[in-house]
Amino acid sequence: MTILKRAKGFWLSILLSCIFFTIIQTMISGGLLNPFYQNTIMLIGINIILAASLHLIIGITGQFSIGHAGFLAVGAYASAIMTMKLEMPFFVSLLVGGLMAALAGLIIGIPSLRLKGDYLAIATLGFGEIVRIVLLNIDYVGGASGMQVSHLTTWPWVFASVLLTILVIRNFTSSTHGRACISIREDETAADSMGINTTYYKVVAFAIGAFLAGIAGGLYAHNFYIILPSNFGFLKSFDILIFVVLGGLGSLSGAVLAAILLTVVTTFLQDYPETRMIIYSLVLIIMMIYRPQGLLGTKEFTSFFKRKGGHKHDNEQTIA
Amino acid sequence: MELIQQLVNGLSLGSIYALIALGYTMVYGIVKLINFAHGDVFMVGAFVGFYSITILELPFLPALLISMIVCAIFGVLIERIAYKPLRNATRIAALITAIGVSLLIEYGMIYIRGAQPEAYPNDVMPTSKIDILGVSISSQSLLIFFVAIVLMIILQFVVHKTKIGKAMRAVSFDADAARLMGINVNNTISATFAIGSALAGAAGVIFGIYYIKIEPLMGIIPGLKAFVAAVLGGIGIIPGAMVGGLLLGVIEALVSAAGFSLWRDGVAFVVLILILIFRPQGLFGKNKREKV
Amino acid sequence: MTTNKPLLKVDAVGIQFGGLKAVSNVNVELYPGELIGLIGPNGAGKTTFFNLLTGVYVPTEGSISLEGQNLRKLPPYKINQKGISRTFQNIRLFGDLSVIDNVKVAYHSLAKHSMISSILRFPTHFKGEQEMDERALEFLKIFNLDHYQHELAKNLPYGQQRRLEIARALAANPKLLLLDEPAAGMNPQETHELMNLIAFIREKFNLTVLLIEHDMSLVMGVCERIYVLDHGQLIAEGKPEEIRNNPKVIEAYLGEEVVS
Repeated sequence: MTILKRAKGFWLSILLSCIFFTIIQTMISGGLLNPFYQNTIMLIGINIILAASLHLIIGITGQFSIGHAGFLAVGAYASAIMTMKLEMPFFVSLLVGGLMAALAGLIIGIPSLRLKGDYLAIATLGFGEIVRIVLLNIDYVGGASGMQVSHLTTWPWVFASVLLTILVIRNFTSSTHGRACISIREDETAADSMGINTTYYKVVAFAIGAFLAGIAGGLYAHNFYIILPSNFGFLKSFDILIFVVLGGLGSLSGAVLAAILLTVVTTFLQDYPETRMIIYSLVLIIMMIYRPQGLLGTKEFTSFFKRKGGHKHDNEQTIA
Repeated sequence: MELIQQLVNGLSLGSIYALIALGYTMVYGIVKLINFAHGDVFMVGAFVGFYSITILELPFLPALLISMIVCAIFGVLIERIAYKPLRNATRIAALITAIGVSLLIEYGMIYIRGAQPEAYPNDVMPTSKIDILGVSISSQSLLIFFVAIVLMIILQFVVHKTKIGKAMRAVSFDADAARLMGINVNNTISATFAIGSALAGAAGVIFGIYYIKIEPLMGIIPGLKAFVAAVLGGIGIIPGAMVGGLLLGVIEALVSAAGFSLWRDGVAFVVLILILIFRPQGLFGKNKREKV
Repeated sequence: MTTNKPLLKVDAVGIQFGGLKAVSNVNVELYPGELIGLIGPNGAGKTTFFNLLTGVYVPTEGSISLEGQNLRKLPPYKINQKGISRTFQNIRLFGDLSVIDNVKVAYHSLAKHSMISSILRFPTHFKGEQEMDERALEFLKIFNLDHYQHELAKNLPYGQQRRLEIARALAANPKLLLLDEPAAGMNPQETHELMNLIAFIREKFNLTVLLIEHDMSLVMGVCERIYVLDHGQLIAEGKPEEIRNNPKVIEAYLGEEVVS
């Protein structure tokens, strides 16, 4: 494949996603979508960002992190402080949310990434809990009773963030830097002995993933009127994890599809939270026993339309 | 004197952690799986004990035994249904399954009986205060501690003196070699789950008597903390889990005593991250290296 | 050939695990362009020695230097960048990456385009990636692997996986190539081809090769010099015919297999 061809696919998908954006925007401003559907669309967008960012950490780099809600929380609170306490514009608050989450990613990542597998999972879980407990104990952000946030999240913000997330992750993955991360997932010892600075790339994946989750946190906080530490517990991390696992560890489009699918399911089961959790957990168990590679495995959505042997990761923005 | 009282509280709490941690550590030692559902077995144990006492009107000891037996069966069922098919799967797949099983038990419980909490009757055990050297200690604290110690001694006996204990140690050392030596690996793994789950069930009953309130999500936090305790002591090492549990209980009690009771839940995780970074093999563990 | 300075100098290196000395007091000198064998019975410490050379283990005693540069305490990836590349006894490919991507990973440290340029898709990214693609394809052609380029590495037949692993190690442009039992699991025909390949790449890339082999007959045929390791210690060093008749070596191998 030549550069030209690749660039063509790229611009085509940008064009398609712009058309998609305009359609939704027109529907919103034309009053065709009631607030319930609008809210669902925002949630889908936020969940796509979360799924894609965790995909980079687990699916690409193979670092089993189950404290992703911690980064979401850091981003949500940091950006809420920016808009509510310091009266900064929304854009700045999103950026700060992302940066603070990335910082948290570095702080937790640098020491814990020496750990492997199960131990890393538990350490990240512990990190998520620590974030929640710290927030619970800070009066400045309202402690257990939460923090009031104004509703600033709109479709253009969500769309732009989703597009940014998917472009960043896609571009990162299909480059030598992404291959370095995949090689760590495949065999860390071999990657190390082939000249890959494994610690560096693990930390990079953690930081980028945390940054994007932080942006999602900003959008999340300003999509509701209040944020509570209890929104960011282990169950939230689990919700994000299931997107990545269900979609197929290693598949960006799988994670995105799963995020869309499960957000819709969740919205329909909103009044039956127990049923939802029972279905989720059963799906997870049965999936692990019968199809541990997830819906798409490591394949991308687009690869189904290509000849066998075609290049794997290409433009998946079209489905975002 | 306040301090000593807090220490006693810490030891009671710690002995509950230790009982749960033993199950984590034994299971990890034998199948290298963090059995996330273990905290929920503890919850089920608390409820079985509760119903035994209230509906069947049994006294403490029979209720404890029933709870242990039910949990042992439950633990084996979990292992056979959910974990056994995954024995050769990736670690991540096994871990995800364990998380799934945990949530299934929690929300299955809520689905069956609702999310409302229950209160253990407070006349199961005498609640007198005993004065020892000027420190007033509740008889419950002592009893909890006593029961936990007895169970741990029985466990030590089972692991070191019985045939099944030998089989467990052999399988955890090298499952393939054990199989070649004629040990039934499947049964040994089931036995491990049974023993670990029975201890968690006992911990559930003790917890209910001590803290009164039980509810379907009560297993999450003690479960995670017990795991921290297991890591603290060195995962896979039985005495390590006991010491780790007691130590964690004492640390939490001291943090509360110092006036940071709201931070208490966070301390366990800080301990976890510190131990993972500085001594990932745990206090009692030996350093292992990966084979290249 | 042995008149110039040594490429690799291993000086009294050893390592202890717990109280056990896995390797002790090993002295090895490799000169540019040599093809050297490292043999010894099972558990003699051959792979451990490779792990010491490549930084997987840090030696508890002694020093290792490449072209006079001390390698002590360097992490494996830096040692690879300095010019030591290896294969593994139990093939460690990146199974879910394509054949060509496996080779491109080895090129990573030579890449000129930064992460930012990749994320923002600057022209330098496309140029860098295209260069990598072309080089990797050229490279695969040398190894007759080019028609597999888009296959996943894990789907290759065993013999081809061994070839790919050697290709990947070479792609990192090493001065010294360490091969850990490259012929393990191969039939005589494949082994023969492999030995020809090793001879060929050594010429073409002007390499120094250190080869671990369990099967003595194989090493005798191709190597110029041989080191023999037993119980973590060097027990002999010399030309194949000297090694063949060395009583210590025969003793070490007795009960192990018939020396041919």
